[in-house]
Amino acid sequence: MHDTPRPAPPLEIHDLTVAYHRKPVLYGIDLEIPPGQLVGIVGPNGAGKSTLIKAIMGVVPAASGWIKIFGEPFKKNLTRVGYVPQRESVDWDFPVNVMDVVLMGRYGQLGLIKRPSRRDYEIARECLEKVQLLAYADRQIANLSGGQQQRVFLARALAQESDLYLMDEPFAGVDAATESAIVTLLQELKNRGKTILVVHHDLPTARSYFDMLLLINTRVVAFGPTDEVFTPELLQTTYGGRLTILSEVIQQVGSSAR
Amino acid sequence: MSFRSAALLVLITLLCCVTPAEAAKISDVVETGTLEQARRFFSLTDNSLRYALFGSILLGISCGLLGSFLVVRKMALVGDALSHAVLPGVALGFLWNMTKDPVAIFIGATSAGLFGTLVVGWITRTTRLKEDAALGLVLASFFAVGGCLVTMIQRLPTGSKSGIDKFLFGQAAALSSQDVTLMAASTALTVILLVLFYKEFLVTSFDPVFARVTGMPVRLLQELMMLLLAFSVVVALQAVGVVLVSAMLITPAAAAYLLTDRMHRMLILAALFGSLAGVVGAFFSFLGNNLPTGPFMVLGASTVFGTAFFFAPRHGVVPRWWRRRSRGNRISRENTLKAIYRVLEDRGFSDEGVTLEELSALRRDTLVEIRLQAAALAQNGLATVDEPRGTIHLTPQGWRQACAVVRNHRLWELYLTNAAHYQADHVHEDAERIEHVLGEETVRHLERRLEFPHHDPHGRIIPSLREFDRYDAQRAPEKPSGYRQQ
Repeated sequence: MHDTPRPAPPLEIHDLTVAYHRKPVLYGIDLEIPPGQLVGIVGPNGAGKSTLIKAIMGVVPAASGWIKIFGEPFKKNLTRVGYVPQRESVDWDFPVNVMDVVLMGRYGQLGLIKRPSRRDYEIARECLEKVQLLAYADRQIANLSGGQQQRVFLARALAQESDLYLMDEPFAGVDAATESAIVTLLQELKNRGKTILVVHHDLPTARSYFDMLLLINTRVVAFGPTDEVFTPELLQTTYGGRLTILSEVIQQVGSSAR
Repeated sequence: MSFRSAALLVLITLLCCVTPAEAAKISDVVETGTLEQARRFFSLTDNSLRYALFGSILLGISCGLLGSFLVVRKMALVGDALSHAVLPGVALGFLWNMTKDPVAIFIGATSAGLFGTLVVGWITRTTRLKEDAALGLVLASFFAVGGCLVTMIQRLPTGSKSGIDKFLFGQAAALSSQDVTLMAASTALTVILLVLFYKEFLVTSFDPVFARVTGMPVRLLQELMMLLLAFSVVVALQAVGVVLVSAMLITPAAAAYLLTDRMHRMLILAALFGSLAGVVGAFFSFLGNNLPTGPFMVLGASTVFGTAFFFAPRHGVVPRWWRRRSRGNRISRENTLKAIYRVLEDRGFSDEGVTLEELSALRRDTLVEIRLQAAALAQNGLATVDEPRGTIHLTPQGWRQACAVVRNHRLWELYLTNAAHYQADHVHEDAERIEHVLGEETVRHLERRLEFPHHDPHGRIIPSLREFDRYDAQRAPEKPSGYRQQ
């Protein structure tokens, strides 16, 4: 007789509008992300992909609407969200080594003043092992390749031990080896029931990497399983007139659908 | 971390030993000989000298610590603007009751400094101007207001003896016990807060967005940092002066930044350098009978920075130059070895030693040059030179290195033609450079990739590992045979 109440979705967005200087970047976004999904956020430059991620975390103020993380406002569920920023967002000459950065992933759980414990170091080492960077733990972060730097950020997010991960272009400017390592890692996270949102800029790979796609261009154009959403019509709507870059991809989609 | 806390404790204890209002001001002391002055400085008998010294050390510590954060956050200009913006506050604090009341001046200066930073924020938010322009604006206009006020005060009947002019270039000798107490309190506060919130300040400096996402009160921390910065600038004013206090923020921290790759070490080093500079400044100011302290302190700090700039092991100019030079020497030696190998190879490894003439013909170099190259090999134990006969003989080590560099050259040529599809006549130049940098790991990889080749694209034999160990090959009639399955 008693229906157990449906657990709150990892992410629920209702009528979200974000504006920079009164020009809307995101407009009336409604979204509900089911748990355990690997979701790609795809759209043209300036479509508001990164802004969406930042709005979810409250870094960019919302003009209207609300966002819930596992049924609560972000502030109440901070520790359940892991974040991978764009690689260019920090100064890589900063005097810290790889271990220092990964430990920062533990700071949220630690709270103010408390120092990382032996257990935190252990977790950080495990996360470094997962991205194959344990051997680089003592390196200053400037002495890493772009792909390795990206994996440091990934390890830091893993160290957050969250349930919902928000990643801003983790594949941007990385080598092929790093790209496949990241894909494996994302799959593994998903298999452990985590929900992952990834801002992605490369359409051809988007199709194979993600279970679900969110096509976005100021508005949500489409959201659903990759097979259903990755259609010529929807992609065309998302990318508007900018078809020169995409016509090829869309043709491929068309031909492989036959 | 504990090092700084311990150092601080020691300082505070020392300060407690200072009994105020005993000795005369340093400025009252009649002129004495330099040596005598130096002796007095180090014997620390003079109370006001003690104040000057402790004050300088304290300001070095707090400026070094906070300056480190300014440097890594690329906010050096903020320190500059803040320190100039406090001047009108100093003057107003003085005008409050026409004496150099440290507390009134502290309050006035801190509020003026914070007000200055507020104006900077306000300008950047409401106009298209970027932060650097806003900082420049505020720095100059606040300083101008302060300058006017200071001149006005000096024109007042009591003004000329006010000592307010000391705030421009600093006079550590004018520090009173009250000043030093204020400095100690401000430095203690800085050290305690930085130790407690080290991880918070670290992450907010490195990646503020991430810090915010993990729930750190980023805004609060940043404001706290500005407040501490204002405190230490203000308490440092008396000793360094408005004009140069920003140098005490930036210079020790910049020197520390060149010496280490970890934030906590940078903080400790910067505090150390800062206090060292403080002592140097106080010493020379004392030695020269109350010369302005600020310039000497900053010179001390700049000397430390200059030393770090030139000699820092990893980032310094001299070690970098040295590394480049020794790499250049190694490349030149390897080229000589390669030439010797070629001469030996051309005559089928039949005879011992290579004459200087043969080498000079192959390398198209003068005999003088070749002699120098041979000497360089001999010096590194790679060859011996038989002066009377004019021949060079490789040592076993020299032979191995010669084989290695020839192998690298030929493997790379082969790789370029086979795998990267270069034309055979295009590959030599590239291999000339690559041969010196290929590591063993890469060589193994190339060998596997090329399936252990025998010949390079020009048909020459690639020396294999077996040849390496067979130093006798030079004497043996048998030719090196390339890679062969054992």
